[in-house]
Amino acid sequence: MSDQPILELKNVHSGYGSIKALKGISLKVMPGEIVAIIGANGAGKSTTLMTICGIVPVEKGEIYYQGKLINRVSPEKLPTMGLCQVPEGRRIFPRLSVEENLILGAFHREDKDQIAKDIRHSYELFPILGERSRQHGGTLSGGEQQMLAIARALMTKPKVLLLDEPSLGLAPIIIQQIFKIIADINREEGTTILLVEQNANLALQAASRGYVVETGEITLEDKASSLLTNPKIREAYLGE
Amino acid sequence: MEYFIQQLINGITLGGMYALIALGYTMVYGVIQLINFAHGEFFAAGGYVGAIALAYFAGVGYMDSHPVICLTASFLIAMAYCAYLAVGVEKIAYKPLRKNSRLAALLSALGMSIFLSNGMMLTQGVYDKVYPGELFQGRFDFGMISISYLQIMIVSLTAILLVSLNLLVFKTKIGMAMRATAQDKTMSALVAIGSNRIISLTFAIGAGLAAAAGIMYGLYYGSVKYDMGFIPGIKAFSAAVLGGIGNITGAMIGGLIIGMVEIFGAGYISGEYKDVFAFIILIGVLYFKPNGIMGENIDDTRV
Ligand SMILES: Nc1ncnc2c1ncn2[C@@H]1O[C@H](COP(=O)(O)OP(=O)(O)O)[C@@H](O)[C@H]1O
Ligand SMILES: [Mg+2]
Repeated sequence: MSDQPILELKNVHSGYGSIKALKGISLKVMPGEIVAIIGANGAGKSTTLMTICGIVPVEKGEIYYQGKLINRVSPEKLPTMGLCQVPEGRRIFPRLSVEENLILGAFHREDKDQIAKDIRHSYELFPILGERSRQHGGTLSGGEQQMLAIARALMTKPKVLLLDEPSLGLAPIIIQQIFKIIADINREEGTTILLVEQNANLALQAASRGYVVETGEITLEDKASSLLTNPKIREAYLGE
Repeated sequence: MEYFIQQLINGITLGGMYALIALGYTMVYGVIQLINFAHGEFFAAGGYVGAIALAYFAGVGYMDSHPVICLTASFLIAMAYCAYLAVGVEKIAYKPLRKNSRLAALLSALGMSIFLSNGMMLTQGVYDKVYPGELFQGRFDFGMISISYLQIMIVSLTAILLVSLNLLVFKTKIGMAMRATAQDKTMSALVAIGSNRIISLTFAIGAGLAAAAGIMYGLYYGSVKYDMGFIPGIKAFSAAVLGGIGNITGAMIGGLIIGMVEIFGAGYISGEYKDVFAFIILIGVLYFKPNGIMGENIDDTRV
């Protein structure tokens, strides 16, 4: 593991017009890590990911990816550089088939044979997607859509994968399955993962480090195991 | 019966042209939810460029020796010209307004329509520009029914264009990207699809098809005029609404229906009212079935 962060935010401000959603977010993600961002609804977690991906413009501060400043890189360029997000609510293309959704994950790639192999690999990872490959994305259940969203993101060949609330609205058994896959991707492919969750318990168990966001600011940063035992965190986010 | 079949053939010829124009309305609407009022001008501009190209080929004497090549070249030139024109119009008049209200872009489209149509009037004159008449003069006669070579050419070329468009949109990766952009631009960007590129492509394809229809129209009716985009434009728009705006298959079927209704209405009811039927359909659809006849049934053929 190198000691150079693969992704770093320095005092990042952004928002939506007069709504200042991020007020100086700073964080680091090292290559191969799983890092969690936890926080209440509306704290600015999704905005953080959307700002990293260039969808919400940076108003102040810097974002570095692999040592390069990416503040002004257009959003559609970032996946080609290995930075990919599975957004909140999965955002499957509802009127494209499951397979078409996967193919579009590889939109920028030219390696046809490898793309075909990767699609087969997606179906091995998530057999249900193979069974439903011709079905419209919009007809899948929430859990299946989350699997498809992750599989689609993997088709971009990410070095850093940003995951926004992968557990949202899913049954506990499905959540377990999804988190096992996330851990596998990290371990087997060495993919770095930045995981946003309202379900702090889940996220901190999967991650090695965590950040706590409150109203657009990082209020706490620690090893995940320490956050899990921190009385303040247990009270505020783990429902005790 | 013969009269009916004859009208059916004429209806398909005209309806195919409307379908080609309607696709531009529906694709642009599908991707950026804009009714591009300037779209009819691409049809007219295509008609003009075709007339100019054909006249040039006739002037240098190629038309007699290589009629098919000249005609093909004229189509390609007109389609390419209008494709570039449409991409330029989008960049100048619509793109800067993309974050504003939809009404702003709509008004800009109206302005563009007036601008382009006046541009054609100033550069090409107010009078009809005649198409070289000697092309595809022959005809097949089956008893009372008569099909001109020109009609056969128009219908086959229309079919080729419609099938190619279907293949492009529904079978290729770039077509998938177009449909994805229509469905969710943010998510498209997150999988490396640049919406600007896709929007340009959509305008280019729509205008290219309209330009092809413009030449067909010129060949079929013998001349073009600077304001010829207006009425067929509204009819094709009616066709797009009839088929469910945003729906590609719908636009094709809608175009054929509008063409048929116009020809049969003129033939069996009154020729004086031929322009009225499309508008009656438009109003009827908007009133009774605002999502179009295809409605949600063939959702998957939306852009
Ligand atoms: N598209 C938007 N337009 C305006 N305000 C928004 C938008 N998205 C989020 N916000 C606001 O920005 C703040 C942060 O939201 P968000 O990043 O979605 O929080 P979280 O993901 O932590 O729940 C909230 O106050 C929210 O209301
Ligand atoms: Mg969120």
